[in-house]
Amino acid sequence: MKVRVHITLKPGVLDPQGAAVRRSLDSLGFDGIEKVRQGKVIELDLKEADVLKATAQVEKMCEKLLANTVIENYLVEIL
Amino acid sequence: MRAAVIQFPGSNCDRDMAVALDKVSDNNKQTQMIWHKESGLPHGLDIIAIPGGFSFGDYLRCGAIAARSPIMNAVVDFAKKGGYVLGVCNGFQVLTESGLLPGALMRNSDLKFICKNIKLRVETTSSYFTSAYTNGEIINVPIAHHDGNYNADQKTLDILNNDDRIAFRYINNPNGSMDDIAGILSENRRVLGMMPHPERLNDPLLGGIDGNRLFESITTSLFSA
Repeated sequence: MKVRVHITLKPGVLDPQGAAVRRSLDSLGFDGIEKVRQGKVIELDLKEADVLKATAQVEKMCEKLLANTVIENYLVEIL
Repeated sequence: MRAAVIQFPGSNCDRDMAVALDKVSDNNKQTQMIWHKESGLPHGLDIIAIPGGFSFGDYLRCGAIAARSPIMNAVVDFAKKGGYVLGVCNGFQVLTESGLLPGALMRNSDLKFICKNIKLRVETTSSYFTSAYTNGEIINVPIAHHDGNYNADQKTLDILNNDDRIAFRYINNPNGSMDDIAGILSENRRVLGMMPHPERLNDPLLGGIDGNRLFESITTSLFSA
């Protein structure tokens, strides 16, 4: 089973990289950008075929390693 | 003093740290170097240092993979039993990632890697690491990091402030750290994490000795207690 994990900064945590990307887009002439937030995507191939079990397994991975829950949120997407 | 330095792939301040610890130790007790794949620690250690560097290439997040390596279970146990742990730079990142210290270290606010000498204010002398300084003293210590921007929620910041757990603050905040925080203590005040490098300024030949008193504080605390 293929699983995609989306990791994003929690609301309120400053994102200097997102701000720099936004400035760069501004300078390229892209108007009307209110805000840019940068995150990361991690894709996993699992042996597990059961959706509920796979989700639980990946959520555990997020809590233990993939995300730093002090500053980041995560979202598990089954593909 | 029986000291140990943990080495990860990508650590690069490990030997500097060992030299700084040796300098304040008895001659016959050399600092031991411990590879991250070890699962246990030598008996009778007084202090463990987690050095600076770029463990595991800073992949995923700085210090994240190092914090889950086999030796860190033993380091966390050691700290929870009241052992002394010092984390500098990448070592501070490893300590926050392992949960021994609160908060997180994010990318510097100007996105640049900063390598220079900066001034720090000693915010508390009531710790095993800062007792040889004077309260409010300004000291020179080098920084060299890309991700030193200390971040924590307001509740954590309040606790750190109210419990006198902020060890050092920047005079001119170089990286965007909340509340100008450069180093913090654990609840039992025996774990210190800091971004600046005291081990890099502990000999006149290196341009200053302000870092040395941190190591002297440790030996004084250990052996006068």
